[in-house]
Amino acid sequence: MNARTADLAPPLLFGAAVLALWEAGVRLLGVPAIILPAPSAIFLRLATSVPTLAADFVQTIQGVLAGYALGSAAGLAVAILIDRSPFLQRGLLPLGNLVSALPIVGIAPIMVMWFGFDWQSKAAVVVVMTFFPMLVNATAGLSSAGAMERDLMKTYAADYFQTLGKLRLPAALPFVFNALKINTTLAMIGAIVAEFFGTPTVGMGFRISTEVGHLSIDMVWATIFVAAVAGSSFYAIVSLIERRATFWHASYRGRES
Amino acid sequence: MKSALPVAIVVIALLAFWYVAAALMNAPLQRDAFANAGRDDYSTTDLVGASLNMERPKLPAPHQIVAELDRLILQTAPTSKRGLVYHAWITLQETLIGFFFGASLGIGLAVLVLSVRSLERSMMPWIVASQTVPIIALAPMIVVILNQFDITGIAPKAVIAAYLSFFPVTVGMVKGLRSPDPLQLDLMRTYSATPAQTFVKLRAPASAPFFFASMKIGAAAALVGAVVAEVTKSEDGGLGARLLAGSYYGQTVQIWAALFTAAALSAALVGLIGLASRLVLRRMAFTS
Repeated sequence: MNARTADLAPPLLFGAAVLALWEAGVRLLGVPAIILPAPSAIFLRLATSVPTLAADFVQTIQGVLAGYALGSAAGLAVAILIDRSPFLQRGLLPLGNLVSALPIVGIAPIMVMWFGFDWQSKAAVVVVMTFFPMLVNATAGLSSAGAMERDLMKTYAADYFQTLGKLRLPAALPFVFNALKINTTLAMIGAIVAEFFGTPTVGMGFRISTEVGHLSIDMVWATIFVAAVAGSSFYAIVSLIERRATFWHASYRGRES
Repeated sequence: MKSALPVAIVVIALLAFWYVAAALMNAPLQRDAFANAGRDDYSTTDLVGASLNMERPKLPAPHQIVAELDRLILQTAPTSKRGLVYHAWITLQETLIGFFFGASLGIGLAVLVLSVRSLERSMMPWIVASQTVPIIALAPMIVVILNQFDITGIAPKAVIAAYLSFFPVTVGMVKGLRSPDPLQLDLMRTYSATPAQTFVKLRAPASAPFFFASMKIGAAAALVGAVVAEVTKSEDGGLGARLLAGSYYGQTVQIWAALFTAAALSAALVGLIGLASRLVLRRMAFTS
């Protein structure tokens, strides 16, 4: 525990120093609040507009979670499906890699037209954004089990599904979790940017774009703070589950041998 | 080139799927259009044919997008505000300027983080944590704030592009500059190399694969930043502005055309970096 606190101290001090500099700089230089509000002003705004921020958060997170779950699950499913066909893999993987580099958030206006202003259209954007990283990573993961281990499964006369369930899926877990972690950020970005294109008057992306229009920059910062905390917690939760899952995997193997 | 045939077949399958989807999605609209026109003697072929050539379809057919691209790129003067070349050029400028500054800053920060030990311990966790934050949420605000300082036009979008490309480059380059293994570092020490020599002769060359990988991510991120920034300040033009205008007026074909142009820009940038990477890495005798 002591070593952990020692690890945490420098970044915390650095963060505190930045906040203090920010606060002092804004106050001493008299920076107008429409350019950069002081941290204290942002936290005051945060504390006084909890209901609005909470409603925005709930609206946005619906789209994020629904899209994240659907997109990642679909990516994994397709990876398993094309796994039996090297032909499809050779055809789909370069495309998947290409699409991963494209500005997919651009489909947001189309999805808003198709699925309406509510969270469903945001979820649709997130599905498309999270699908390809999962497809590419899961495919790499499924082929990561070594030849020795595969041969062992063959000597056990394990059929395709047994090999998949007992060897290749567990071996693919680190890759799958890597994609899940990348996807947390992509999902947040997708949902927030999609809200720039139209929402029922609630949601974090909507709040940011309207409050910027009203020049109430402290509210924008408060929303960004919420988005930052939500994004990092989402990431942290997935990392925690990853540690559990990998731990389970290691201990399972430990008992076997 | 072993994968050329599979890729071609998958692309053809996707196109076929797209046509079917376009016909199915547009058919209800087209049926209403026929009903409004008082026609009820149309055959299924008429319906499908008309669904694939609507003016404002739910999903435009691929040939409509190609026609729109041809009209806006080849048939329109490159300098015309109505053409896509004009808008793509704006986006490309923003992306390249932003990417240049973002990548330079990212590399600079990586070198700084590596050489100042205390900075690494205090800053790296924040840089890594910043990857989990939807940074793009800041884009509209940066545009407005820079507007206060009379910085308008291309510059604010380039700032956002720089800002988005900077984090992945820093993280990738720190990883790359740290990639030499302890054996190699020990060897440098037995040669009594100074830190600067170790950096130039070992760390910098060893980081080349990471450099190109982070350049690819950075360039793609810069383009996304530029497009999203254009959405938030659409009066200056650019592909993002075309997306927004298309969504205001329900011009689906226009949205798709802008989207494809953005995708082509991104693919071209990443492809160029990939090509440079392959050439350089082969000369440097990196195996993979």
